[in-house]
Amino acid sequence: MSKTITIDPVTRIEGHSKITIQLDDQGRVADARFHVTQFRGFEKMTEGRPFYEMPSLTARICGICPVSHLMASAKAGDALLAVQIPETAANLRRIMNLAQIIQSHALSFFHLSSPDFVMGFDADPVERNIFGVMKKHPDLAKDGIALRKFGQSIIELLGGKRIHPAWVVPGGVSSPLTQEDHNTILALVPDALERIQRTLAWYKDIFGNFDPEIRSFANFPTLFMGLVDANGELSLYDGKLRIVDAVGNIVADQLDPARYMDFIGEAVEPDSYLKSPYYKPMGYPDGIYRVGPLARMNIISRCGTRLADQEWAEFRMLQRGAVLSSFQYHYARLIEILYCTERIEQILNDPDILSHHVRAHAQPNAFEGIGTSEAPRGTLMHHYKIDENGLITWVNLIIATGHNNLAMNKGVLQVARQFIRSGKIEEPMLNRVEAVIRTFDPCLSCSTHAMGQLALDVRLIGPDGELVDSVRRG
Amino acid sequence: MRRSRIITFKINGQDIAAREDETILELARQHDIHIPTLCYLEGVSAFGGCRLCMVEIKGSNRLFPACMTYPDESMEITTNSERLKAYRKQTVELLFSERNHICAVCVSNGSCELQAQAYDLGLTHVQVPYINPNLPVDASHAYFGLDHNRCILCTRCVRVCDEVEGAHTWDVMGRGAEARIVADLNQPWGDSLSCTSCGKCVQVCPTGALFEKGTSVAEMRKKHEFLPYLRLMREGRDGGEE
Ligand code: SF4
Ligand code: SF4
Ligand code: FES
Repeated sequence: MSKTITIDPVTRIEGHSKITIQLDDQGRVADARFHVTQFRGFEKMTEGRPFYEMPSLTARICGICPVSHLMASAKAGDALLAVQIPETAANLRRIMNLAQIIQSHALSFFHLSSPDFVMGFDADPVERNIFGVMKKHPDLAKDGIALRKFGQSIIELLGGKRIHPAWVVPGGVSSPLTQEDHNTILALVPDALERIQRTLAWYKDIFGNFDPEIRSFANFPTLFMGLVDANGELSLYDGKLRIVDAVGNIVADQLDPARYMDFIGEAVEPDSYLKSPYYKPMGYPDGIYRVGPLARMNIISRCGTRLADQEWAEFRMLQRGAVLSSFQYHYARLIEILYCTERIEQILNDPDILSHHVRAHAQPNAFEGIGTSEAPRGTLMHHYKIDENGLITWVNLIIATGHNNLAMNKGVLQVARQFIRSGKIEEPMLNRVEAVIRTFDPCLSCSTHAMGQLALDVRLIGPDGELVDSVRRG
Repeated sequence: MRRSRIITFKINGQDIAAREDETILELARQHDIHIPTLCYLEGVSAFGGCRLCMVEIKGSNRLFPACMTYPDESMEITTNSERLKAYRKQTVELLFSERNHICAVCVSNGSCELQAQAYDLGLTHVQVPYINPNLPVDASHAYFGLDHNRCILCTRCVRVCDEVEGAHTWDVMGRGAEARIVADLNQPWGDSLSCTSCGKCVQVCPTGALFEKGTSVAEMRKKHEFLPYLRLMREGRDGGEE
């Protein structure tokens, strides 16, 4: 008799999901699936709203990476206004985006995944959490907490204390950077650099202990996609798309993300609310690709900052061509924290960064706008259409977790095959199946916006962000 | 002339002597006694619609709207009993339940009078079911928008447009829960022939229902101050010959 094992819900990832593993008669793994069980009718809900509200609306929908949505949404708004925003505004948005990537990567690496590295994948789940790390390796835990705080405090300084800063708006940002905040952020940089370099050294020391995991955690050839600048350097706020194959060859370069529909297809699978995008020229499902930190490290010609470039060169020595194991998303995340920190310093030293010209005002001049940026988890696209009054008529969001959907499914299958032998669910296997998903750091709450009704669940929020009342509009 | 006698009465036990041609609300404000209001707007006629300003008058079981009621000799008025607080809280609660007030994503978040009243009254939960009406946004005007989801039907816009601007673009159509603010003959605001685009209605609207286009979440700050100034200037002009 074949039977089905269901892991529900997956822990230590953000959102709701479920994994089903299909066993054959011999108790061997036949198939495995990762479903996202929570869905939100985001597109439907925004119909008829003024597009100016979209940055904050989208940031509200996802409490996990609000800043990333702010970026993509504001950029889609810029496209609707058809304006070139002031360079200072773009730079300020860049800083906020970099800070978001730092804090999100820190959360993923230290809080969610480091327990597996410190205690081991086979450790008792009761111990295997951030508190265990604090006991066993307090310095590592402290670095993680400090780095996350570094990113968060920059976001707060720029956007105000609100959880979802309304500071990023179509046309730019709503207020310039003050000299005081400028100094405060700059002063935080050296400490962050020290902590991330220490963590990188530690990680390079220990990852060799995880050979079986590296071999089986979604370690297979796929394409990789992400934004690069005109020189092929890492670019997180804007840029053009580059696609690289498993041996490291550039398959397509400088693709205009606004034309994503020409080269990305979206398949809908019946058992998951997550759409499965694929690279059109290679068809479905061969056009499987990955996005996010690992993909970015695989596609770029270099990072573009001194320290990160040294680490990146070492990283690329792991494997000829592209680094294929999703386990190394973790490594890539650390290099990106380093890059983001250096880059924040660079941008802050731009002579125009304190300029007061940070917003372009215009009426909508285009009926369709697409905004693309790199979120911590990968390429994020917001695509809006509006009527002549500026009210939203249609929305499509392609979210990092969606891009990675096919690869995550395949990864779950691979790891299940490797670690399930007896046809029973045992804890170490369980943790590994979840861990492979965690390497992608999926953000499920916002990636399942495909259909149905949402769901604005906050009704009454005070100016400081505290919840006064909540209800669902359904 | 009829109402100019000086009378004495009490608000919350405090003795007050005043001319009898001012409302309880106006007199209370002059004596720093707080009575919450939403539809009341200094500079235009009172409407008495929101029922937030209700007060108790000794000897009567009814509640009276302070913005519409004039004091009488020896009247004893209470503005802050537990009963009144509960009543006001319920009134605001019903306002929240009637439309879709999603403060977190509203242009007026942080500077909305409805939100402020909810805070002051300690409204933490809405216990009655939300109606969740499906309401449109009228964004046809070149500079302004009207989001019916956030309208509390206070009619400040109607009164200021009629009494101060003299355009009478706005009116109320329908009754009860079906009531809507409409422009001219229920047409898109942008098609209105009477509207002069002066923006007065936008500035006096207590919520994010009327807003300037292009404002993002929490960016809308209403400039209420214009109305008292305007009134003062006009009074000065009218009375200039004396
Ligand atoms: S903009 Fe002025 S004229 Fe037009 S509706 Fe508002 S108050 Fe009336
Ligand atoms: S639009 Fe504003 S001012 Fe007019 S009735 Fe509604 S809430 Fe009051
Ligand atoms: S203020 Fe008196 S009824 Fe609204």
